[in-house]
Parts: sequence; C-alpha cells; structure tokens
Amino acid sequence: MRLFGRRIPVGFSLAFWFIVWELVGRARLSTIVPPVSRIVMAGITILPSEKFMKAAGISLRSFAIGMGLALVLGIPVGVLMARVEGIGRVLGMWVNIFVSAPISALVPILMGVIGIGETTVVVTVFLFAVFVIILDTQVGVRNANRSLVEMARSFGARRLQIHTKVLALSALPEILTGVRLAAIRGVKGVVIGQLLVAIIGVGELFELYSKHFLMEEFWSLVILVFLFAYLVSEAIASLERRVEYYASTR
Amino acid sequence: MSADAIVEVAGVGKTYEGRVQALVDVSLGFPSGKLSTLLGPSGCGKTTLLKIIGGLIPATTGEVWVKGRKVEGPGPERAFVFQDFALLPWATVLRNVAFGLELRGVPTAEREEIARQQIVEVGLAGFESTYPHQLSGGMRQRVGLARALAVDADIILMDEPFSSVDEQTRRKFQEELLDLLRRKQKTVIFVTHSIEEAAYLSDRIVLLSPRPGTVSKIIQPNIARGQRSADEIRRDKNYLDAVDEIWQILRRYVA
Amino acid sequence: MPRTHRPENPRVLWHLVSFALVFGCWEIAGRWPISVAFPPFSQTVLALLRMLADGSLPKAYLSTLQPLVIGVILCGIAGIGFGIGMGLSRAVEWFTLPVFIILQAAPMAAIIPLITYIYGIGLTAKVLAVVFLAAPVVVMNSYKGIRNTNPSLIQMCRAFLGTRSQEVVKIILPHAGALIFAGLRLGLAMGFIGVVIAELLITPTGIGDLITYHSSVADYPEMFAAVASIILIASLTIHGLERLERRLFPPELRGSS
Repeated sequence: MRLFGRRIPVGFSLAFWFIVWELVGRARLSTIVPPVSRIVMAGITILPSEKFMKAAGISLRSFAIGMGLALVLGIPVGVLMARVEGIGRVLGMWVNIFVSAPISALVPILMGVIGIGETTVVVTVFLFAVFVIILDTQVGVRNANRSLVEMARSFGARRLQIHTKVLALSALPEILTGVRLAAIRGVKGVVIGQLLVAIIGVGELFELYSKHFLMEEFWSLVILVFLFAYLVSEAIASLERRVEYYASTR
Repeated sequence: MSADAIVEVAGVGKTYEGRVQALVDVSLGFPSGKLSTLLGPSGCGKTTLLKIIGGLIPATTGEVWVKGRKVEGPGPERAFVFQDFALLPWATVLRNVAFGLELRGVPTAEREEIARQQIVEVGLAGFESTYPHQLSGGMRQRVGLARALAVDADIILMDEPFSSVDEQTRRKFQEELLDLLRRKQKTVIFVTHSIEEAAYLSDRIVLLSPRPGTVSKIIQPNIARGQRSADEIRRDKNYLDAVDEIWQILRRYVA
Repeated sequence: MPRTHRPENPRVLWHLVSFALVFGCWEIAGRWPISVAFPPFSQTVLALLRMLADGSLPKAYLSTLQPLVIGVILCGIAGIGFGIGMGLSRAVEWFTLPVFIILQAAPMAAIIPLITYIYGIGLTAKVLAVVFLAAPVVVMNSYKGIRNTNPSLIQMCRAFLGTRSQEVVKIILPHAGALIFAGLRLGLAMGFIGVVIAELLITPTGIGDLITYHSSVADYPEMFAAVASIILIASLTIHGLERLERRLFPPELRGSS
C-alpha cells in the first residue's frame, strides 16, 4: 500500500482498525463496542489485579502441561508411525479422524470421567494439540530426503545413526510446523475447555465479564488472549524459518 | 576376466516389483586403479548397477565381489558420490565432509583434520563453515567428492556426479577429477549419460543396452594422457574415434 | 527403493484390525471400569441404536445441522469472495491481511459468551458462532490460493497479450481452486467445533442437548453415543469432502507453483 508515493508498513493497517473502533465506540453506535482507549484502560487496571493473575496463572499452567504432554507423546508416536508400518496403519486412521474432529464434543465426557477441574482443561489442551503433532511428525519423517538416508547407509550408518543424525533433523521443519499448529490449537483448547468447565481460569473471567456486562474488561481480555495466541505462534514460526533449509533437497 | 579386477560383477540381474526388469545377467570386471564408465541410454539400469555394487540395493540374481569378498551391503572400501549431492542441509561443509568418518566413530579432532585436508584437495579452502544452501551446484558436488575421499576408500562410485552442474563448471571439474585421481590411485566406477564425458575421462567404457540393461560392448579409448592438457586430449584422434564409436552403437538405441 | 504396490484388500484388513484394537481397548476399559462415567463400547453401541430407533438422534441432528449448514454456506459465499478480493487487490490486502492473520491464530471461541449476550439463545447466535470460527480459515485459504499462482503462468498470459480479467479468469482462479476448496473443508471442520460449542454453551439444543441431558441424568452410554455420533458424522463428511477434492483437483493437474 502506498500513500503519496510512500510505502506504508502492513502493520499500520491494524492501527487504522483501532482508530475506526475508537470512533465507533465514541459514537456509541453499539453498547457492546466501547472505545479502544477505555478497553486499554480497563486492561491496565485488571492486569495487575489478583483475580486476573490467578486466572492467567491457572490457564498458562494448563496450557504448558497439556502442550508438554502432547510434545513428549506426539513426536515419538509420529516417528514410530512413519518407521514401523504396522503402527502407522493401525493408528493412521484414528489420527486422521481426530485431527479434524470436533474435540470440543469430548469435553463433556472428560468432565464426567475426570471431574470438573484443572485436569480436564489439561487433557483438553492435550487432545487439541497432540494429533496435529503426530501427523506432521509422521509426514516429516516420511518425506525426509531419501537420498540422505541412502548416503548415510553407503557410509555404513547403523539404524540408530540414521534416525538421530539424518531423519530427526531432516524432519525438524515439519515437526516445528506441527508444534506451531498444535500451540494455536492448544490455546483454543484452554479457552474452550475453561469456557465449558466455566469455573476456572480465563474462561471463568469471560463468563463473569459477559454476564455482568463489563464490556471493557471483556474486550481487554479477548485482546490479551488473541495477542498471546499470536505471539506464541509467531515465536514458533520464527524458529521454523531458521531451520527451513534443513528440509531442502539439495 | 582380468586377474586384477578389484570389483567383479557376476550374472547380476534386477527385477523391480516382480515385473520391471532393469538389469539382466550382467557380468563384468573392473580393473584396479582405473576409471571405468557405465554408459547407456536413460533407463538402461546403469544407476541401478552402481547402487548394487555400492550395496545400497540388493541384486535379484547374481553376485558382486569386491576385493575377493561378496557384497552384502555398503562397506568401508567403497565410497559413493551422489547425483543430487546428498549433503546434510543443516551441517557445515566441514561436518558434511567429515560425516562418513563421524558415522564410523572417528574422534572429532581427527576427522576434522582429515576433512580439512580433503576440502583443500577439492579446492574449497575457506568454505569450511559454509552451509550447502549457500554454495553453487558445482561447489556442492566438490563437497560430495571430498566426503567420499575423506573415508579413504579404494573404490569411488560416482552416480552422474556432474549432471546437475552447468557445462562450464563440469569441464573444469572433469579436468580436476582426472588430475586428482591420477595422484590418488583410486579405482573409480562412474555413471554418466554424456558420451564426451565418458570418452574424456575413462580408461574403460562399459556400454549398456536399453532396458533390460545388459553389457552391450566394452570400449577402451586408449588415450595417452600423460602430461597432456585437456584441450590436447579433446583433439586426440583416439578420443574422437571413441566418441564416434560410442555414438554409432548408442544411436541404434535412441528411439 | 520403490515401494511395492499393495492391492486394496490388505488396507481394508488393516482398518478392521485398527477398529478391533481400539474398540477392544474401549470395551475392556469400560468393563474394568476406569470410571462409572465410562461405559464399555458395547453399551455405547446399544445406546446409539436405541437413540436411532426412538428418533431422538435424527431429530437432534435436524436441529444441529441447521446452524452448521447456514454458517458454512455464509462463509462459503462471503469468505471466499472476500479472500479472493484480498488476493487480487493490494489495497484490500493491506487493510485486512494483518487482521485475518491474527484471527486465524486466535481462539475465536472466547467471544461466544458475547454472541449469546447480544443475539440471545436462538439460531442466529449459533450461526454466528459457526461463522466466527470457520471464516478465518476460509478467507485465508482463498487468499493464499490466489496469491500462490505460478508467476511464470501469469507472465505467459501477459506475454500473449491477455487482459487482467483473462488473467484472473483463465489462470488465477483455476489455479486457486484446490486451495479454496481445501479452505472450505477446513472451515467445515471448524464449523463442527463451533456448532458443538454453541450447543453446549449457548443453549442445549440438538446434539448438545442430548449430551448435556444424558450427562445430567447419568445415562453415560447415551451421552457417549451422542458424542461418538457427532465425531463420526464430522469425520465422514470431512473425509468425503477430501475425496471429492482429490477427484476435482487431482494433484497432477494442479501444477506446482
């Protein structure tokens, strides 16, 4: 986009939308759209509050534990599925089903079996995240440059060496893509899990603010959560770009 | 078969998926210290034969013997140079060249010392900490060659090593390869589809027929190389005769 | 080494083994039992059949599929149109791309409580929940499809004096078709998530009602059957679309960009 012959950075369009939002808010066109400035003020007041800190702490912990479990379990399962034909065939169908199935429907089951609490949210995050990690790891290992494997064999590499020195690194870009998508889903998992469980973490705050019509607080929370999701995914994406050439064929 | 054959191929055949016959009954000896070329139309199974000798794929019938021992898989006396270079994209030139030794468990300091020598040998001094994606195609294949030289194998198997390299680079590379091999006394088995390349480089040219591939003819160009320059060789009568003879045979195979 | 081609039968066999293994584990875990709220597979199947027979399941789907279908069609029309506009016009791209990049990563479910607040508990609120969840991926895929057109094909079109509209109609849109369709498929997957959350969170209707009701009266086999049915239907629909996609846009005709 150019204005008076000068390039304007893309990020500036966000500023434009915030200005529009501010104007709409000030014109009092809708009760659910308060001006951005007031939302920011509300954000500044709730950020240091004990209630928010506690909710954020619980949510972050659920996210971290769920993601951690998904990584620790998902990557080895993905590698196994790619390298052992039987495992790949038995599990492949289920991974494909659950990677696009509405996992949110499983939350009521988790609430029944595990109970209404943090563990349910952790498991929700895990289920949201794990399948895409398995899938991308599997694809990465399968697509790993065959010629590199052949090269390693020609120099006398053993099975373990092929896995650690060639396959793991060759698949790294795809694995990281899986991790990034999983993190995005994981954040959704925290929010959906907590909304459905309704009495813990950020989900409780969302319910509270919308029930009491605290629109400024509500929107500041939405912006914070969106920002968190975006930053997490961008952080992993920048890591991804740094290892992109690992998958280059030549 | 000559007594000094370091590699012997005995009745080798290869059938893919129980249907496609790539090779049928190939028997050949490769003399020690010489450069032999496998030449033929595309799809004649020359790369398949090379990979069978390398132990990368099993033969359906027949056997390969290297230095009196039957080939069951890859071995330390053979080193492979790949058509697509097969360099680890995440490793520096130094680590790539040392990779064969790394797999054998040679200590870091020792293998890097050897790798540095070979990097100088192939003319890449100064590029030790560069990554493959920062190099041109010709330079990447020099890394591939240095890696094969670093493991100090007697036999070097080269699978169309110059096919992804531009023409000028290729000529320069061919000259340097001849020079290098003369000094190192290696046995080289070289796959190519370029008639000129085969005639220019080889002591012995094995012509393969189209699928299913089998030995069609063996030509020994007998070009006196001595200290002569590349341009003199390319004007040598024996060189020109060899090119012509190969073309007369191959033109029948080209549809 | 080339992979040996396998006939179709062993694949079906593997699927059967896979089903048997997973359902077997479920049955054992249910009979053990790991929890009173975890019925074995056999009871869940029986409950599913009961709910099919008494008509409660078909009736539930009639109301669940309404917001889903309306929402996905809305996304299909508006979202694809918008994504194409973003891909074709630099100005539209400048103004909206950053917004959609953020929305695609954002947990849109967070604003469902707000939707409920404004639009109440009716169909509109549920349609909106579906639209909010599905739209980002539909828009972004259409945009990427347009943007990924092979530049040398566009240059070719210009070299042969093609006009801009010919360029769009004859080169860019056919090229983007596969990605746009894939976006619709991903949008549908998100739509399923949206409709389930909406029915659980806004008001229990349709399948959400079945899940909530049977859970509250501790009819766990019925509840499991309801959950399993929505996962089954979602998977079958998405799988069907995937096959259709491969039919309509076979990889060899897509060309690489």
